[in-house]
Order: sequence, then structure tokens, then C-alpha cells
Amino acid sequence: MTFEPVVRLADVTRTHGDGPQSVTALRGVSLDVGAGELVAVMGPSGAGKSTLLNLAGGLDLPTSGSVVVEGTPLASLRAGELAGLRRRHVGYVFQDLNLIPSLTALENVTLPRELDGIAFKNARREAMEVLTEVGLDEIADRFPEEISGGQRQRVAIARALVGERRLILADEPTGALDTPTGDDILQLLRTRCDAGAAALLVTHEPRYAAWADRVVFLRDGEIADSTEVPMGSAR
Amino acid sequence: MAIRQGLLALLSQGPRYGYQLRAEFEASTGATWPLNIGQVYTTLSRLERDGLVSPGEQDEQGRVVYSITEAGLAEMGRWFSTPVAQSDRPRDELVIKLALAVAAATDVRPIIQAQRTATMRTLQAFVQARRASTENPAQRLVLDSMIFQAEAEQRWLDHCEAVLTASPRPRMPAAAEHPNAEVPDTEVPDAGSPRG
Repeated sequence: MTFEPVVRLADVTRTHGDGPQSVTALRGVSLDVGAGELVAVMGPSGAGKSTLLNLAGGLDLPTSGSVVVEGTPLASLRAGELAGLRRRHVGYVFQDLNLIPSLTALENVTLPRELDGIAFKNARREAMEVLTEVGLDEIADRFPEEISGGQRQRVAIARALVGERRLILADEPTGALDTPTGDDILQLLRTRCDAGAAALLVTHEPRYAAWADRVVFLRDGEIADSTEVPMGSAR
Repeated sequence: MAIRQGLLALLSQGPRYGYQLRAEFEASTGATWPLNIGQVYTTLSRLERDGLVSPGEQDEQGRVVYSITEAGLAEMGRWFSTPVAQSDRPRDELVIKLALAVAAATDVRPIIQAQRTATMRTLQAFVQARRASTENPAQRLVLDSMIFQAEAEQRWLDHCEAVLTASPRPRMPAAAEHPNAEVPDTEVPDAGSPRG
């Protein structure tokens, strides 16, 4: 495993609200995800899984503690810089896919690279490459409502992967997919990690968590356990 | 018990030597069911006795090729068309351990947590084996079955934790101080039966 990690959470606490009504979603959590690593986060509802993911991707900032992405402490950035870092380095796959219905699969995947300021032709070529990688080159010109749920999810993943994004954050990316299709999604994430990306995967499905190098169990905002420690057999 | 029918199924694909049957049986079942060569020959001689296979001539190395008979094909057909009964499984130590921990008012959460981590490691190993097994579809399905079983155990552990967190059981000393607040007996037997 290479250090510096792609993302490092150090003693991170996130409290919503003040005073007696405040709720602490995450409490003193430290977690590194290195290049090539797939880390799964499990835990009951309300354990802080999504908060952890949002903090790791700079969508939310911790109340205390620090989040460092690719060597840059997020707290040191101005809002515009933070948005730039998120766009360049972080790919998100959410439960609700947030595909834009009026854009084709290819246009959905091209969009983030255009926002990065890449010339349209190059953005389109990159998008096509990653769609091919996820096996969707043939449906590139279809709209989200014209393709299956599994295909939509793969478009969302392609969109998260396009460009140089080395940190992938996936929140229940297997959603309501059947198990072979869900396994395909995990195979995609796994392949990207094996090629050097770092991924944090939130899932409540043990079968998908088991694709990870490490499984972290959250409970009441704290890391209750992890499969990491006595794993004598390195991969 | 299913070795007989398993060997017949392999022989239905064509005549085979004993050592071939052993290798194919293990490859198809994802090595979850290791056979020794003695078991294979014992089973073959019983199948021969029952008229379900017939041996060929010995070759120069003393090896015998076995073929399936019509009766053997019929026996295999019967096996495939008969559902497997939900047989008496060996009692599950994990279920019993958790049930007794609840009954003894022990803090069950560390037990659940330790088991969940251990089961997850097992599941990781299965998934890794599944990914490595690209050639043999029979083997993949066996590994899938093991993955689903480990996953069921994991889900059951999550369920136990959620149920116990939702209705924390008073500790014994506290219960003794408040004799009217005794925990109903029904809680305990329930905890042991979800997988029965």
C-alpha cells in the first residue's frame, strides 16, 4: 500500500446543530484509503455512513478533525478551490443516480469533463472510452429512460470514473439491482481500484462489502470494528 | 450419499477412469467436497454391483474405464427430479451461543460484532475465490451458494443486533430489584429459531 493515502480522515467529528439538540453523526473517526484500495463501510441506519462519505468527498466539512484528499487539507481551501478539487479528483456514485434525463448516456458522462474545461472533442472521446470500459458503448446514444436499471447504474459509474478521478465514493451503488448485475458493478469498482484508484463504498449488503480489501463497521458514529487487523494473508 | 449420483452424472457425459471422476467431481463442487480415490472406487464397485455402471477392459496400465448403463441414467434422472429435503441440519453453534448469551443476560453486542467481523473475512475469501474461478461455471455456482449462506448469517447478526438494541434487556441485578419488571420468557426461545 502506498502512502500518502488518497484520502485521510484524522479524528473526524461531525456534529449537526448546537446545544442540547445537537446530533453527533460521526465521532473521532480516523480512516485512510490508499491508492489501489477498496474500503467498504457497513453499519445500521444512522450509524454515520453517508456522513463519512460526504466528508471524504468534501461535500461536507467536519466540526473537528481533518480531511486530506491527495495531500490537500480540505479545510485550507476556499469554496471555489474545494469545488475544483472535488471535480478533478473525486467521482461520486449515489443511490439516486442523478443522471440528467434529457441527456444521452454519452452526454451525461461527457458533462463533468466539459465542466473541467476540457475541449468538447476530447471530453467526448474520454467519455466514450470509459463507457466502453463499462460495456455500454452500444447504448451511448440512448437516454436514461431507454436503458435498464443496471445500465443506468453503469452510466453513473462511468460518469464517476471519467477523467483522472482517483477517489471514488459510492453510496449503495448496487441499489435495487439483481445480484449478478450488482456483482458486475463491484467488478467495475474493483478493476478501477486494481488500476490505482481509491474507493470508499457504503453498502448494507455483505456480499458486496466482501469485494473490499477492508470492511469497516460503523456504529453510533464510531468505528466499531474492521476486518483489517489480523488479516495475516496479504492480498 | 450423493457421491453415487454425482459419479453417475459425470459418467452420463461419457466413459471415464476413476481418477478422472475424482478430479471432475472436485472441480465441479469447488473443492468443497474432497473425495479420496478409495471412495471413488468403492462407490464404483457398488454402482457396478447395482447394475448402474459397467466397467470396460483393463488397459495395459491396469486402468478401467467405466460407462453408465440405462439403469444408471434412470437413477440419475430420478435424483435430478427429486427435490432435496430440508434435512435435519447439525445444530448451529452460533445460534445456540447467541440464544444462551441472551438467556444468560450477557452483553451480546461484542459477541455479535466479533462474529460479524469473522464472517465478513470468510465472505471476503469466498468472493476472492469466486473472482478467481472464471473457467468453471459449476464451481462458481457452488461458491455463490457459500456466499449466500455467509451473507444470510451476516444479515441474521445485523437483525439480532437491531432487535436487541431496540429492546434492551434489563440486567439481572436490575431485574432482581424490580420483581415486577421481569422480562417475559417469550424473548428467549424466539432468539434461537430464526434459521431453524
